[in-house]
Amino acid sequence: MNAEHASRKSTGISGNSPRPHRGLSTFKRQDYTWAYLMIAPTVIGLLIFYVWPVFQTIFFSFTEWGDFGKYHWSGVDNYKNMIQDREVLMAFRNTFVYTLLVVPVSIALSTIIAVMLNQKIKGQSVYRTLYFLPVVTMPAAIGMVWKWLYNTEYGLINYLLSLLSINKIAFVTDANIALYSIIVVAIWSSLGTNIVILLSGLQGISSSYYEAAEMDGAGPLVRFFYITLPLLTPTLFFVTIMGLIAAFQVFDLLFIIVQNASPSVLESTQSVVYLFYKYAFVTNNKGYAAAIAVTMFVVILIITSVQMKLQKKWVHY
Amino acid sequence: MFGRNRMLGRLAIHTVLCFGALLMVGPFIWMLLTSVKTFSEAAQVPPVIFPSRVIWENYTEVLRVLPFDKYYFNTAITTISRTLGQVVLCSMAAYAFARIEFPGRNLIFMLCLSVLMVPGQIFIIPQFLIMKDLGWLNSLQALIVPGIFSAFGTFLLRQFFMTLPKDVEEAAKLDGCNHFHTYWRIMLPMVKPALIALIIFTALASWNELLWPLIVNTSPDKMTLAAGIASLKGQYTTDYPTMMAGTLMATLPMIVMFIVLQRYFIEGIALTGSKG
Repeated sequence: MNAEHASRKSTGISGNSPRPHRGLSTFKRQDYTWAYLMIAPTVIGLLIFYVWPVFQTIFFSFTEWGDFGKYHWSGVDNYKNMIQDREVLMAFRNTFVYTLLVVPVSIALSTIIAVMLNQKIKGQSVYRTLYFLPVVTMPAAIGMVWKWLYNTEYGLINYLLSLLSINKIAFVTDANIALYSIIVVAIWSSLGTNIVILLSGLQGISSSYYEAAEMDGAGPLVRFFYITLPLLTPTLFFVTIMGLIAAFQVFDLLFIIVQNASPSVLESTQSVVYLFYKYAFVTNNKGYAAAIAVTMFVVILIITSVQMKLQKKWVHY
Repeated sequence: MFGRNRMLGRLAIHTVLCFGALLMVGPFIWMLLTSVKTFSEAAQVPPVIFPSRVIWENYTEVLRVLPFDKYYFNTAITTISRTLGQVVLCSMAAYAFARIEFPGRNLIFMLCLSVLMVPGQIFIIPQFLIMKDLGWLNSLQALIVPGIFSAFGTFLLRQFFMTLPKDVEEAAKLDGCNHFHTYWRIMLPMVKPALIALIIFTALASWNELLWPLIVNTSPDKMTLAAGIASLKGQYTTDYPTMMAGTLMATLPMIVMFIVLQRYFIEGIALTGSKG
């Protein structure tokens, strides 16, 4: 029995699975029963609401929807149409621009702030609280406030710019600018999470490295680039992956900010998920929406696996 | 000399951090200031920063035009139910995955994990159709039920259960505890930090979620706060003082919760950063 227990020590995913043998002790059988009972609610729930829907959505992506929720098989038509659909291509473009700006800028700023906060600075927790505030605020509310701040006529930002004698900017109503205005808000609201995670990564770096470097006469910049940054790469990798996945699925902020926007602003800002929402639940073309969702899933998988491959090049474990 | 340099460095850091903090808090302050101004004062050019007189009518106005009491109720019930449900169901499954060996464990666990890879939009159409078939559209169940199952929560808690020493449950076994007892009485209290992290994540996500409530519940008396704000239409989209009063009221509970439970929020986020 003891040896049996000892051999169970490793409980990793790829750990040794129990060998099925004849004449199981009642002890073991009881174990199994408990285990199945305990996982049953979650596993059944996940199967119904999460696992099976994946297959259903993939199936739907090959169907065309008509009235009253009727649908029929249409082969790869949805995908064919997507490649030629300017709206879809624009949505992917917008989402890429959004992701490629939000994630790196947010992480760069967060790293700088986290390093500053890590200098055993006075009021560290106060700063951390303030930077974290947007994280707990609902994106719908954030969108509302920023839309008001961005208002061309009465907005605070244009007023502050006018003090610097800069002309009024139509932050959310100019199709060339709106996407970037949304990106600024997204960066603003994502800093808190990154700062907190990076700060805990920084606190995990042993101070002996810094002491040794200081003895060798390394200045703050040298210490940052040769000690802090390399040792922080695992954490940076984590926030990058999480950030990419989240950014690619942007919806809430955008939905609020471009509400009632002109068609040209909509076209130049709407994200993939926004378009998915529109087709699935506004124009009721669920087959097309499913094809958009599946394509997005594939793109996210590709981005994530490229990151996983690239990590060998820059992440030091 | 050296000390003076350090002092200057500190000063520079504080300056940058203060400026950043101002940018972070600014929008919230502007939200508050706008919500206590009259419409004409808020729409003045150039804008006035502080209201000449603090008025609270915008708050009564938003309560009058929107069923805010219902929004609060729906959001609170949804948040509480989803959080409780996840804590119980995920921890139970996580315990079994981490501490009991049973046939098919790795396979079933991998299946659950694979859900984490999939973006949420993939699930939404089928989930919506299930709600429709059950006749659950425009109901609280629609907001709650799919959200009580979580692959993320199960994974997070499993990681924690795995770090617990073996001898604890061995002792419990010798005392004649069955697995459920061991889990509920002995192991669950030991993963409290992870449980708190899960509670905070779930509560925050439920409270702030927009897409799902927007889809399943379209009748105003079954809406949540986020969906209610998003569905503001017509004249109210330009009545900024009223809208700011509404958004402030919608966000206040989470901000208060954050300020009170700050330590746990920060620890929770940092925790998933290191465990994930």
